[in-house]
Amino acid sequence: MSIAAQLLRGLRLTLLLWFLTVVVITLPMLGLARLVAPDAATGSLLRSGDRVVGARLIGQGFSSARYLQSRPAGAPNLAASNPELTTRVAAAASRWQSAGVAQPAADLLLDSGSGVDPHISLAAARQQLPRLARERQLPLAELERLIPQHEEGPLGVQAIEPVVNVLTFNLALDQLASSSTTQSPPAPARP
Amino acid sequence: MLPWLLAAITLAAVALTAPSLGRHLFEVFDGRPQPAWDRWLNPIEDGLLRWIGDNGRSADSAMAYLMPLLISNTLFGALALTLLLLQPPWLNPLGLGGLRWDLALHTTISFLTNTDQQHLVPEQSLGNLAQLGAMQFLMFVSAATGLAVGFAVIRGFSGRPIGSFHRDLLRALTRVLIPASLLLALFLLVCGVPMTLAPPLQITTLEGGQQLLPRGPIALFEAIKQLGENGGGFMSANSAHPYENPTLLTNLVSTWAMLIIPAATIDAFGRFVGNRRQSNLLLALVFALLLIGAVVAMKAEQAGNPMLDRWLSGGNLQGKELRFGPVLSGLWAVVTTGTMTGAVNGSIDAAMPLTILTALFNLFLQVVVGGQGTGIAYLLVFVLLAVFLTGLMVGRTPEFLGRKVEKPQVVWASLILLIHPLFVLIPAALTLAGGASLAGISNPGSHGISQVVYEYASAAANNGSGLEGLADSTRWWNLTTSASLLGGRFLPIAALLALAEGFRRKPALEPSPGTLRTDTGLFTAVTAVVLVILGALTFFPVLALGPIAEALTLAS
Repeated sequence: MSIAAQLLRGLRLTLLLWFLTVVVITLPMLGLARLVAPDAATGSLLRSGDRVVGARLIGQGFSSARYLQSRPAGAPNLAASNPELTTRVAAAASRWQSAGVAQPAADLLLDSGSGVDPHISLAAARQQLPRLARERQLPLAELERLIPQHEEGPLGVQAIEPVVNVLTFNLALDQLASSSTTQSPPAPARP
Repeated sequence: MLPWLLAAITLAAVALTAPSLGRHLFEVFDGRPQPAWDRWLNPIEDGLLRWIGDNGRSADSAMAYLMPLLISNTLFGALALTLLLLQPPWLNPLGLGGLRWDLALHTTISFLTNTDQQHLVPEQSLGNLAQLGAMQFLMFVSAATGLAVGFAVIRGFSGRPIGSFHRDLLRALTRVLIPASLLLALFLLVCGVPMTLAPPLQITTLEGGQQLLPRGPIALFEAIKQLGENGGGFMSANSAHPYENPTLLTNLVSTWAMLIIPAATIDAFGRFVGNRRQSNLLLALVFALLLIGAVVAMKAEQAGNPMLDRWLSGGNLQGKELRFGPVLSGLWAVVTTGTMTGAVNGSIDAAMPLTILTALFNLFLQVVVGGQGTGIAYLLVFVLLAVFLTGLMVGRTPEFLGRKVEKPQVVWASLILLIHPLFVLIPAALTLAGGASLAGISNPGSHGISQVVYEYASAAANNGSGLEGLADSTRWWNLTTSASLLGGRFLPIAALLALAEGFRRKPALEPSPGTLRTDTGLFTAVTAVVLVILGALTFFPVLALGPIAEALTLAS
């Protein structure tokens, strides 16, 4: 068979497979997604009124003392033997200690893989409650009751250990504040 | 305890489901009747083959199988490269234009070779047209090419004609990869993976910051990424990103998905040669290697980093997601490197040295269950060498599957095994000789050597994972890894086809009392020794300079 004929065949095959693997199977899948799981398909968005404030699956960074803090992000590729890792962890530990947490949970000191890990451990959440209670002038018991409502874990096949979804917890925190006082909460401090 | 139990269940699920898929693969690639599938697909497949001008008859030589493979793969690559270079900014909401030429070339070659090494941040470089039309397209056709080669090689070893590449490619898609990907995509979607053409969403966070939610047609992309041993992420964070791998359950199913097709391919091999004892022993061999690696990595991650003992306790969570934890991230690292997938659910760069050691070892061997189609082919090469060695030792003419193993087979097998170290060690040595700034090393000491060697090993093994701190988006890295990607893919494919077709043409022998049986535990153990010695000896010096030295530093 001549090269030209082989090329023509290859060309037809390429067009055919492109159409098959890009158009023919993707379009029905997109349609099915709208039908079966419209919320998940569009990104599991969380809304406050009309405004999208985030996604249930995607973590956000929090620096204000009035919010539960997420895991650190930004240097996930520091090797176990890299002295920079030790420096970074030491700095994070002393920041937590000066904020009143003597023994911060490991997940508050070590970077998440994605940079948007939506969770922190139960211990990491509980350690932050006294600060939140102080900053928001809410009873500690009320905050403790909030944790189980935002807990995810092995039983729901969401995570290997019981964890807290930081974003939904913080949204609930804002709602708690706005329902207990008639005013909306003051704007949080910016980093 | 729970992570270990779940890891065991996941691996057991692979072992339990592999035979059913193995049977299906056998029927598909041996042209057996499949009434439920044939009724719908036969007219379509026949029509499509006729449209491209192929009669679907078997090729009469290895070259006649290889030529359409090379031509079509070149054209697949050309189409994808064009899309990446000419990405029109007005077509995607982020206004992303074409990629720099070396980055576009590397990305194309990387996906075309079933590797999916990524030197770019996809969510900040590619719109949906490029993600679907270039990346998803190449993920499907490269996996199908791998399967086609794997079964052409199996046919040769089982004494059958080599087959038709176009027919194999088409059936790999219509009867294996597409239906499996659609099912997995549906499952992932229900678990929370997005599937939409709606643009990425720029939002204001609770604290007033800006965040981009990188939504897209991810569920289907993710399915073929895992099932096809591709591993290229829709997002840079890959399977660590909650939109690709949102829960513990999706993580376990994604781990299963990486293993199932290569495991089933080995099972199908047993059905082709009519000796399932042979394939079960080979499966046991690769699963034993996988298990040893998994235990080493999982224990290392569970024990955590001794350098940080002053501040924290527990497993190594650096670069990992809390939903998966240290142990299941360790399992993933071993599975993703053993199967040549290359997807990551956390940073391997930040993993413990013993995890990196296991990952590198898997990349060097290329058979710890192995890549899409290519895994079984490399495994058969190792078996041939083991047959030859044991034949020499006991003074019998070496035979495998009723055919003599002679000089041409041993020469081909040795060549195939030499290609890999050539495309790993030489460029790694050149890069290291060029100094730290050329290499782009981000972690000091012996870990830096691991970063460089890993990048080329991953490229040449067509894996795609990396020690991602490495600053690899440079012209040097893009071009040199492109050479390793191409060399590690198409040279072995050509040699494997030639080896298998040559083997088929040898006269078939009746087994005699003097025949050395290859379907015994003893022979399998010898094969394991051959594998480990050949793999370990070639690469031991770099393992000692990299992860072993790092492990010793941490321990001291």
